Amino acid sequence: MRDGSHAKRHQFTVDEVTAVVRALDDAGVPVIEVTHGDGLGGSSFTYGLSRTPEQELISAAVRTATRARIAFLMLPGVGVLDDIRAAAANGATVCRIATHCTEADIAVQHFGIARDLGLETVGFLMMAHSIEPDRLADQARIMADAGCQCVYVVDSAGALVLDQVSDRVSALVAELGDDAQVGFHGHENLGLGVANSILAHRAGARQIDGSTRRFGAGAGNTPVEAFVGVCDKLGIRTGVDFFKIVDAAEDVVRPVMPDECKLDRMALIMGYAGVYSSFLLHAYTLAQRYGVSGAEILVKAGERRLVGGQEDQLITIARELSRS
Amino acid sequence: MKAAIVGSGNIGTDLMYKLLRSTIIEPRWMAGADPASPGLRRAAEAGLETGTGGVDWLLGRDPLPDIVFEATSAAVHRANAPRYAEAGIRAIDLTPAAVGPAVVPEVNLGAHRDAANLNLITCGGQATIPMVQAVSRVTPVGYAEIVATVASVSAGPGTRANIDEFTRVTSRGLETIGGAARGKAIIVLNPADPPLIMRDTIFCAVSPSADLDAVRTSISDRVAEIAMYVPGYRLLDEPQFDAVGDRTMRVGIFVEIEGAGDFLPRYAGNLDIMTAAATRVGECLAQGR
Repeated sequence: MRDGSHAKRHQFTVDEVTAVVRALDDAGVPVIEVTHGDGLGGSSFTYGLSRTPEQELISAAVRTATRARIAFLMLPGVGVLDDIRAAAANGATVCRIATHCTEADIAVQHFGIARDLGLETVGFLMMAHSIEPDRLADQARIMADAGCQCVYVVDSAGALVLDQVSDRVSALVAELGDDAQVGFHGHENLGLGVANSILAHRAGARQIDGSTRRFGAGAGNTPVEAFVGVCDKLGIRTGVDFFKIVDAAEDVVRPVMPDECKLDRMALIMGYAGVYSSFLLHAYTLAQRYGVSGAEILVKAGERRLVGGQEDQLITIARELSRS
Repeated sequence: MKAAIVGSGNIGTDLMYKLLRSTIIEPRWMAGADPASPGLRRAAEAGLETGTGGVDWLLGRDPLPDIVFEATSAAVHRANAPRYAEAGIRAIDLTPAAVGPAVVPEVNLGAHRDAANLNLITCGGQATIPMVQAVSRVTPVGYAEIVATVASVSAGPGTRANIDEFTRVTSRGLETIGGAARGKAIIVLNPADPPLIMRDTIFCAVSPSADLDAVRTSISDRVAEIAMYVPGYRLLDEPQFDAVGDRTMRVGIFVEIEGAGDFLPRYAGNLDIMTAAATRVGECLAQGR
């Protein structure tokens, strides 16, 4: 429900979060993430205002889960350390800290605080398609040394293709050894979420993200129910019950979603041009506001190498297009 | 007015070149720690007296400086500040130490003219607080939010290790100096190559019945005021007004800051605005205004 928050324009209610957590927990999903799409403190003009304060959503998730651990995301520079402390006080136990993939050192103080609070820590190297595997591994090392217990290759743009995932995961596994696990977070913008996730697992990733019904930014995330089914067939144990997660996706999650996460022109452009998935709905809104092409906004965002968090610059791009 | 620069890194060096152009401030000394510092070498070449003994060396000079610009780190400035005060030297602090009141030229310097120690907040603060205040001086601002995007290569180790401090200190400045009831600051580092020029987006929540023409005029007046000491400060676009629900009008202000290129590269507008603001504050103090 963190990545899904983008697709829902951050309008989750406590009842919706409670229903989804109950269903996922019952299906055996081990970790469930609840936060504003842009992490703690993400509720803003720039990224979208939350309908419900995210700490209330986290508390509701913690109250509901019987087995699953509740995770939250935070981006240094957007949220602050006090937000982590509040989430921990509300019972979340997994702290996932995200930086652009070249900027891991801005998260050092955050990993330290999270470990001091007794939280399980995960590091998110976003837009991992944009640098080579060896450089990504160097950044993973910075996170691990700071106290991160699992570093994720995060394909924020859904731009990584098959071997490109294996190469990056392998590089991180080789670098980190027993110091930290490796994870993979996929998007569906080129339709490769499940395949990429299987390759990540084969390369040594031990935590894999997914969303039921793809409910996430862009064309959505790796569909977790499909991933579980594929894992069952390949003999990879996930601990998630296939039939229960299929029911959860159809009966509980779909009704909460404003729309299906579609592999349409805008999503494909994001995967093809390497654009941060959560720019999608902002581009739609701006296209309408200024009478310009949303696809062109995304292409320009790719050309300018915008990174996660630069949603404000989409406005500037839309204005330039409207004047040209 | 005789000035010393403490800290011989990139910021101290860029500041030196700005002060050398000043007709009011005379940079006489640069104190560093590392004998191999290229900054000290450049200072010596520019005719400044240099020393590697830091503040001890500086306080042994005769005469003493009237004013010191601190471009070290928060910890070093916290240690040095009482010693400057004891010696009767006024301090302009470019670190996040926040020993003295936070100031933004053209906004609140007048209120702290007599303070012994003045702090320059953050680069994001210098770039955005004046704009929030430009709006709040004509209509109440219930909430101000800024996004500062800087080139990765222009964010030094101090900023990187204390990014939380950056967001908290800047947020507070949006409230206390910018005049917003509530402030939120976001910083984003972008590694694009060639490096991008610093950009800042400023959002202010005002009443839908606010006089938007007055807001526009106040913003453009303020850009002209800032450009007097930061020539590369410019609006990327005219302000954008968007209704958010029935009770809020969101004012969007989009700014780019190109550095003067005195020593730091032109894309590093985030660093340039700090050294430019420090120079401006020093000159205002020297002129007693």
